[in-house]
Amino acid sequence: MAKMATIYIDNKPYTVKEGDNLLHACLSLGFDIPYFCWHPAMHSVGACRQCAVKQFKDENDTLGRIVMSCMTPAVEGTRISIDDEEVRAFRKSIIEFLMTNHPHDCPVCDEGGECHLQDMTVMTGHSYRRFRFKKRTYRNQYLGPFVNHEMNRCIQCYRCVRFYRDYAGGRDFGAFASHHHVYFGRHKEGALENEFSGNLVEICPTGVFTDKTFKRHYTRKWDLQTAPSVCVHCGLGCNTIPGERYGLLRRIQNRYNGAVNGYFLCDRGRFGYEFVNAERRIRQPLMKRSSLPVPREEVMQHLSRLIYFGARVIGIGSPRASLEGNFALRSLVGEDHFYTGVSAMDARLLEKIIMVLAKGPARSSSLAEAGAADAVFVLGEDVTNSAPLLALSLRQSVRLKPMEIDKRLHIPEWDDSAVRNAAQQEKRPLFVATPYRTKLEEVSTQAYHAAPDDLARLGFAVAHELDNRSPAVKGLPKKLHTLAEGIARVLSQAEHPLIVSGTGCGSEAVLESAANVAWALCRKNRSADLCFAVPECNSLGLALMGEGSVSDAFKAVHDGAVDTAIILENDLYLRAETEDVNSFFDKVRNVIVIDHSVTGTASKADVVVPAAAFAEGDGTLVNNEGRAQRFYQVFVPDRDIEESWRWLRDIMAASGRPGLKHWTGLDDIVQAMSNSIKAFKNIAESNVPAGYRITGQHIPRQPHRYSGRTAMHANISVVEPKPPEDKDSPLSFSMEGFSGQPPAGLIPRFWAPGWNSVQALNKFQSEVGGPLTGGDPGQRLFEPVQESTVSYFDEVPGAFSPRENELLLVRVYHIFGSEELSAMSPCIAESAPGPYIGLKPEDAELFQVSEGRDVRISINDKEYSLPVKYLPELPSGVGVLPAGLRGLEGLELPAWGRINNQAKG
Amino acid sequence: MFSLIRGAWTVLLHMFHRRVTVQYPDAKAYVPPRWRGRIILSRDPDGGERCVACYLCAVACPVDCIALQATEDENGRRYPEFFRINFSRCIFCGFCEEACPTYAIQLTTDYEMGEYKRSSLVYEKEDLLISGTGKYPGYNFYRVAGLAISGKDKGEAKDEEPPVDVKSLLP
Ligand code: SF4
Ligand code: SF4
Ligand code: SF4
Ligand code: SF4
Ligand code: FES
Repeated sequence: MAKMATIYIDNKPYTVKEGDNLLHACLSLGFDIPYFCWHPAMHSVGACRQCAVKQFKDENDTLGRIVMSCMTPAVEGTRISIDDEEVRAFRKSIIEFLMTNHPHDCPVCDEGGECHLQDMTVMTGHSYRRFRFKKRTYRNQYLGPFVNHEMNRCIQCYRCVRFYRDYAGGRDFGAFASHHHVYFGRHKEGALENEFSGNLVEICPTGVFTDKTFKRHYTRKWDLQTAPSVCVHCGLGCNTIPGERYGLLRRIQNRYNGAVNGYFLCDRGRFGYEFVNAERRIRQPLMKRSSLPVPREEVMQHLSRLIYFGARVIGIGSPRASLEGNFALRSLVGEDHFYTGVSAMDARLLEKIIMVLAKGPARSSSLAEAGAADAVFVLGEDVTNSAPLLALSLRQSVRLKPMEIDKRLHIPEWDDSAVRNAAQQEKRPLFVATPYRTKLEEVSTQAYHAAPDDLARLGFAVAHELDNRSPAVKGLPKKLHTLAEGIARVLSQAEHPLIVSGTGCGSEAVLESAANVAWALCRKNRSADLCFAVPECNSLGLALMGEGSVSDAFKAVHDGAVDTAIILENDLYLRAETEDVNSFFDKVRNVIVIDHSVTGTASKADVVVPAAAFAEGDGTLVNNEGRAQRFYQVFVPDRDIEESWRWLRDIMAASGRPGLKHWTGLDDIVQAMSNSIKAFKNIAESNVPAGYRITGQHIPRQPHRYSGRTAMHANISVVEPKPPEDKDSPLSFSMEGFSGQPPAGLIPRFWAPGWNSVQALNKFQSEVGGPLTGGDPGQRLFEPVQESTVSYFDEVPGAFSPRENELLLVRVYHIFGSEELSAMSPCIAESAPGPYIGLKPEDAELFQVSEGRDVRISINDKEYSLPVKYLPELPSGVGVLPAGLRGLEGLELPAWGRINNQAKG
Repeated sequence: MFSLIRGAWTVLLHMFHRRVTVQYPDAKAYVPPRWRGRIILSRDPDGGERCVACYLCAVACPVDCIALQATEDENGRRYPEFFRINFSRCIFCGFCEEACPTYAIQLTTDYEMGEYKRSSLVYEKEDLLISGTGKYPGYNFYRVAGLAISGKDKGEAKDEEPPVDVKSLLP
């Protein structure tokens, strides 16, 4: 428990945490002090001089002196005034000064209406321009498809560089020039390279950086219909706020969750939303025998005939569909005929992860906990590309070392530049062992590249060093042994060590070795956490629901026991080899696909029904931590689009199968799920039921300033339509309802009187930078078994040995392109690399190929022709192929590939 | 009896008063220039559309009868892709004009807008956009704003210095 201190603000006593800076303390108490350069996640530098307050020596001091609240610690007896006339005038003059060069842009500025500079200007009362001289101007830069640059609007607060360079580790962005010419941008035009560049949009308190995708269909914040949602582009489940207007999804903003994503999102999550608006969307039911969309009734009739009572029907679920969708399918076809729809390899890996997390003594760590770990060992996962925000958290964990130094030097931890100066290059330990060089190595203590089996051997060796009950690794080279010893020593000295691994290199042995390391630490009484990256937004939830991979489904079909297959939001071509999928389609008489976008699978179906994308429906996803998180419908989609579970319920009702008819809203299905599946017993606990009201009112999805209500439909009918009803949640599709703060899981947007920008968030937290008032939303589904007797994994793989003329091919991940849904969004597709094969230059020489040239390689008897890219740090005998990129889908890696030497140049 | 005579007398007197009834529509009543009648969208002195689709009029409107969508042309100018006013809801309060930062939206002295069908009172941009500057001649938002559009580069707006050379460290 932190030490508390009593401070006096305008002569009234308040209790605050001793040592916090006064700005943090005052904002947490609910006071309004204007600020620019301070940010709760990046702390204070005292650059903007906006947060001035007056400090007094004691109660007899009437003169006082002006100090920067963000740079002044709260100590017992501190006396300050926020309201003092002189300090108010000071703050007003600071804004006036910042405004001397500010362009007359608000009407055409995308920040307008949610601009921190506007808010602060109004807050200080500066309203009239007295400055009669010329304004400084700048040229803008092209910064890629995500972020727009309008440099004239800069107020030189330095937040952007501090985020981009210090927090996110980017290098291609900085401050240029001097005095009042300081410029923030790149050394030359070009796309921003950092994976978190989109956060500049929210970090910058002005309109210098704005969302370029949003600009294409721009809407003010007050006109966006929003609801709490969850990112669907990786397994971490960052919380988001999607915004809609006129039936189009307009943008994604961060939704703070202290335990998950905090203040930030990655670019895939922020800009991957455009697939919802894409041409590829399925908007009406389709049938193979008709080229036109078919009316709903006709499709229903047809479907009920296909699924009549007694027909042999299987269901293939999906890790990118909600729990509810999967559960409805499982209920329709029966537990024995439900397949999870992941590849055979993923099924094995996910099963292992669940076993480790649910049976072992190590806890699955949240993103926030990962950021606070004091020693990290990454085993086999390229987190920057497969679970981006985890990489951002790990980058913060290495910065914790300085905190120890600060304590020694008595530097408060929020004094950002002093902290950095004191720390210099000191870092907390981070060991990265992966098949290829990953970006996180920039901040690592030591890195190691090897084939998956060798990575597992390193893991096993570390575990053995920690606890000799964990199996020893035979024939470990001296160098590796020293490395293992070193890692073991550091991990055992840490208080909260974290082991990160995942499905990335497709190896069970790697997962097992990671588990052994964490368990060995737990058995040494360290509170070791485990964090596994999983491929998709509901991978873990689906794995908790059932077994059976796509291959098992194929087998059932080949055994001849199937008439009809229902495929839920899944493209089988990404899950298995093309030939296998084709032969599956040849065998099944009827294929029904429920999906939101046209995929290879949908185009093979006999019947396709339009499913809701994440923003168009409600559901629950389970992230890699095992946290069940609810996402809410943002808008009512057009025509026949409906949540998959609604379609399935109706199909079931129409076909005369008993069961799901009584499911009217999401709550019923969640209840049914928690009754019938043990893992989901507690899932309803954090769920707010649809009947929940605050003082009898709904929580409105539209801001109270939502405009155009009586004109937006007037071209169709002058009679305003009644707002649609929501059976699934306490939110309404209207601007009417409760105007105060809803419970944490139901916050549709951050807004408070006087705070129109994202910084209104301060008002929603119990303490600035802490959890949301009432606790961060989400329900963890499993906790570690303290006295776990689970025994160590004992199958240590043999050392990897390269083969002549062959390469072991492993997957390489790309933040843009490797994930299915975001890859359908134009701006992400634009940033994705083309297919290639990564080779060690020495290996390439052996095979007589060179960079840029095509090489022919046969994998599982199929030949691919791919351009070569040199990756000097690959272990020899190993090559990499990008995951999920077009042309390489469905390939199960790691696998051996034979290089065809005769490849002509 | 007396009251009857008094009534007749008053009527007789009124015959010599000035007439107030206007023979509308043959004769038109005087409306002051600040009259809040039919709304128009004006153009800047160079003939460009003044509205920059900032949504301020829409949010200011107490009956929410303005709906629009912003878009951008090849010159970098923002303009409304569509702009709709539902006059069957409009209360002619003038808040939109008050809110407009570009003088684009203006209320005029025209009040002759009666229709038989409510739907005819829904005006689209084609119905709203006039070819002149309306009540406010002279003002051109883009000449003041910092945003560069084709034909007006950075540093060329009113009271602007030429763009900074970021490579120079001279004071
Ligand atoms: S940054 Fe803010 S104050 Fe500046 S032009 Fe944009 S909206 Fe206006
Ligand atoms: S670009 Fe934005 S964040 Fe960066 S210094 Fe300028 S105002 Fe601050
Ligand atoms: S890290 Fe994953 S969940 Fe978070 S925003 Fe990025 S893609 Fe979405
Ligand atoms: S306030 Fe003026 S510039 Fe803005 S949208 Fe309305 S008419 Fe256009
Ligand atoms: S917020 Fe305190 S000086 Fe900038």
